[in-house]
Amino acid sequence: MPSASRRRRRHHALWFWVFTGPFVAGLVLFTYVPLGWSVFLSFHDAHNTVTPSHFTGLANYRQILGDPAFRSSLATFAVFTAFIVPATYALSLALALAVNRLRFARAFFRSVFFLPTACSYVVAALIWKMSLFNGVRFGLANTVLGWFGAEPVAWLSTTHPPWYWLVIVTVRLWLQTGFYMILFLAGLQRIPARLYEAAALDGARPGWQTFRHITFPALRSTSVAVVLLLVINAFQAFDEFFNLLSNAQGYPPYARPPLVHLYYTALGQGQDLGLGSAGAVVLALIIAVVTVVQGRWFGLGRKEE
Amino acid sequence: MHDALTRLGRALRLVLLTALAVLFLIPFYLLLRNGLADEADITAPDWTFFPHRLHWSNLRELFDDPGVPMAHALLNSTLIAVLTTAGTLLPASLAGYGLARIPYRHANAVFYAILGTLLVPAAVTFVPSFVLVSSLGWVSSLRGLIVPTLFSAFACFVFRQYFLGFPRELEDAAQVDGLGYWRTYWRVVVPNSAPVFAAVGVIVFIGAWNAFLWPLVIGQDQDAWTVQVALSAFTTAQTVNLHELFIAAAVSILPLLLVFLLLQRYIVAGVERSGIDD
Repeated sequence: MPSASRRRRRHHALWFWVFTGPFVAGLVLFTYVPLGWSVFLSFHDAHNTVTPSHFTGLANYRQILGDPAFRSSLATFAVFTAFIVPATYALSLALALAVNRLRFARAFFRSVFFLPTACSYVVAALIWKMSLFNGVRFGLANTVLGWFGAEPVAWLSTTHPPWYWLVIVTVRLWLQTGFYMILFLAGLQRIPARLYEAAALDGARPGWQTFRHITFPALRSTSVAVVLLLVINAFQAFDEFFNLLSNAQGYPPYARPPLVHLYYTALGQGQDLGLGSAGAVVLALIIAVVTVVQGRWFGLGRKEE
Repeated sequence: MHDALTRLGRALRLVLLTALAVLFLIPFYLLLRNGLADEADITAPDWTFFPHRLHWSNLRELFDDPGVPMAHALLNSTLIAVLTTAGTLLPASLAGYGLARIPYRHANAVFYAILGTLLVPAAVTFVPSFVLVSSLGWVSSLRGLIVPTLFSAFACFVFRQYFLGFPRELEDAAQVDGLGYWRTYWRVVVPNSAPVFAAVGVIVFIGAWNAFLWPLVIGQDQDAWTVQVALSAFTTAQTVNLHELFIAAAVSILPLLLVFLLLQRYIVAGVERSGIDD
């Protein structure tokens, strides 16, 4: 008997690896190996090489953490997050609530708000930079300003006040809001109708009271997921910054989020892969910690529903 | 009185939503308007909502321009998006099934090793991945653009969750018929799981078509440019031919808009999975 059960076990183990083996091998080769290699590079002087021989200890880490440009890229991320997370959260929730209560044309409105998700950040940035917020007079925003007699604004190169934030934040707001609206719509659909019936019996008026005491608390797990995703995605912002702000002369010194900074450090002139790797390791640690802390803070893992 | 108020509120909501919908559609309109206008109409100081004349010839001009490798970039993007989608679905779905259904002592450890990679987004590790790909000699090749992106922990996770809820009776019946894991999977499980494959596939396809950072890092030769990289080079160039740029951008989102309108049901399903399980 024991040998039969051992054979069974071996049979299962074999098939388990037939199914998961290819995926796990790929993940090891293309995620774990590069990460490990990067940790190795980050302790070496690796200019233009991936097989360095000169061990430099923590020098790369000291250099990147002491670099004001790196620290200011983290500050840029913080500012960006402070704008984009609340704005997207509020707009996508509001749209979901409004669309959900429509009696007709619901599918139409859902599609319209969701459609920008099909657009790439490159194309969206192109429209914003070349047409909507073009700094010269024919840009749409400046045309509208012109109707009121205002002078045209050079949206992307004005740093006092930092008008470029308006351009950067609205691109992402337009592009991603529909995605989160869909998540909220799914959440709304899962709220049992009897909750609303019970609230009505208790005298809660439809509108703010019902939202405050029934809908909003019932959307808790969706809200947690939305905020987590928003922060993670803001941390990875690269495409719209790069395409809005860089030009033939290069990238301006302001509004560089972490990945843009890393891009120019590691792949720009000099290809300092050791320093770039140290930066990647620091950023990976930051986002992992942010994710875990947020999860803990919101009590993720405590399964509700 | 109360009825009238509700009706007023409902009308107000509809007006507001319609205004927002128009606002959301304006960027698409600008793309089309400028793509079909001539340079003078785009840059005129007295901007008009409709261009004075439509120039469908902009389209031909775009593909005839030797300075802009648009046709080649479209071909690259199509190849990359199709191969990435197929290449992601196969290993991720197999792994998802193995994790969900095959009893194995270390299955949990394997699962957490996969899940752990979700903590570190792929974009953050582009430097390490670049190091690996360049030492494999895959820079500026389709292999380099595709293969490293195929092993998506997110896709694997969605498949695992889905297969955990797959009706066991179907698999039990197959096993009574003497089918092992492998044939049960291909003959019973896969044919009954088309919606989840479509949902994940569409999300992966859109992601691959719209990806920018990785193709920018790897596609260093013009031959390996995707549509997004070509558009970006175009946007940030010294002199920009605006009508050509806009028609190029319009052409680049056309395939995705089609996918969107035809497969929206699956996309919505995919988005819902991605949010709830994350």
